[in-house]
Amino acid sequence: MSELTVEIDILRYRPELDSEPFTQTFEVPYTPELSVLEALQYIKDHLDSSISFRWSCRMAICGSCGMMVNGVPKLGCKVFLRDYYPKKVSLEPLANFPIERDLVVVMDDFIQKLESVKPYIIPGENKCLSEGPYQQTPEQMAKYKQYSMCINCGLCYAACPQYALDKKFTGPAALALLARYNRDSRDNGEAQRMKIVNQEEGVWGCTFVGYCSVVCPKDVDPAAAIQLLKVESSKDYLIGMFKPD
Amino acid sequence: MSKRNPYIRKLPMDWWMKQLFYTKYMIREGSSVFVTLYSLILAWGVFRLSQGEVAFNGWLDALQSPFAILLHIIMLILALYHTITWFSLAPKAADLWVKGKKLDEKVIIAAHYCTFVVVTVFCLLIITL
Ligand code: SF4
Ligand code: FES
Repeated sequence: MSELTVEIDILRYRPELDSEPFTQTFEVPYTPELSVLEALQYIKDHLDSSISFRWSCRMAICGSCGMMVNGVPKLGCKVFLRDYYPKKVSLEPLANFPIERDLVVVMDDFIQKLESVKPYIIPGENKCLSEGPYQQTPEQMAKYKQYSMCINCGLCYAACPQYALDKKFTGPAALALLARYNRDSRDNGEAQRMKIVNQEEGVWGCTFVGYCSVVCPKDVDPAAAIQLLKVESSKDYLIGMFKPD
Repeated sequence: MSKRNPYIRKLPMDWWMKQLFYTKYMIREGSSVFVTLYSLILAWGVFRLSQGEVAFNGWLDALQSPFAILLHIIMLILALYHTITWFSLAPKAADLWVKGKKLDEKVIIAAHYCTFVVVTVFCLLIITL
């Protein structure tokens, strides 16, 4: 039986050996149910054990396996060889991030940005324990739920030309996370977070390319979060003109 | 000793040509130059009108040249492109909730097109009547 195969190009970079990345091609047996991540595991097990990539859950929930698949940011475990077969598949580390090794990127800047938006509930008045939990209606939850579905995969940063051009830009996932807390009825930290939103590196660094929302594997729609924050930021500015505090 | 040496890739100058989505975005952005140009031509017409009939007719005549007509066709196409792409993005900037549910994107887009048609017909009536 002649086996069907598919060619996979991988952009490799071994910091101790290479001064710049290079492409290496592998031939992998093709089956329609094989995900790109599984193809990588096949390569590591059978062809070249030195190849590095990140993964954990294999089910699009941990957000570890982001990479460029034929130039588009994707989760390796959520994309299949059959989506490309018989064409060649080319894998590169996520764009706009420094390459640590092979398909592994340095995500420090991304994590710092997520941390910078005060991603926790800032309560107004601290309720006494005896008063019971902070309650929320399904409608109040619906206002932010979508923005809370982010798995921190970083695909939206790889899709964002504004982040590519200026690394100071807070970026899609962090701003969507900020919106998630600002829109939460239990939160009272909006005034603090609006300072981050109003900056040039905040929402105004976004020119509404909109590709972040296209590539997001969880339909978070960070582009929408940012445009809505722009509306809030404008309101904030207008109110500030009449009532400076 | 650490062997770390993170490699930073350069953004190629033609990044926006490598992905159709980016190219369309750049056309959308670029189209605003032509929309501005058209507004300036129109504003120039109003200015000429304030200078009297001869000046205004001169402006009208200038618009009859093949170059002016070609330019206007290009400006019209790009203005339409700009409008269509913005309308399709409009729901992202709208946070309208009815009875605890977010308003359907299609409704928002349809509302934009309806307004567009009404305003266009209204303007045409003013100009032609
Ligand atoms: S917003 Fe979407 S694409 Fe961006 S990090 Fe979160 S899940 Fe990934
Ligand atoms: S391995 Fe967890 S998201 Fe792909």
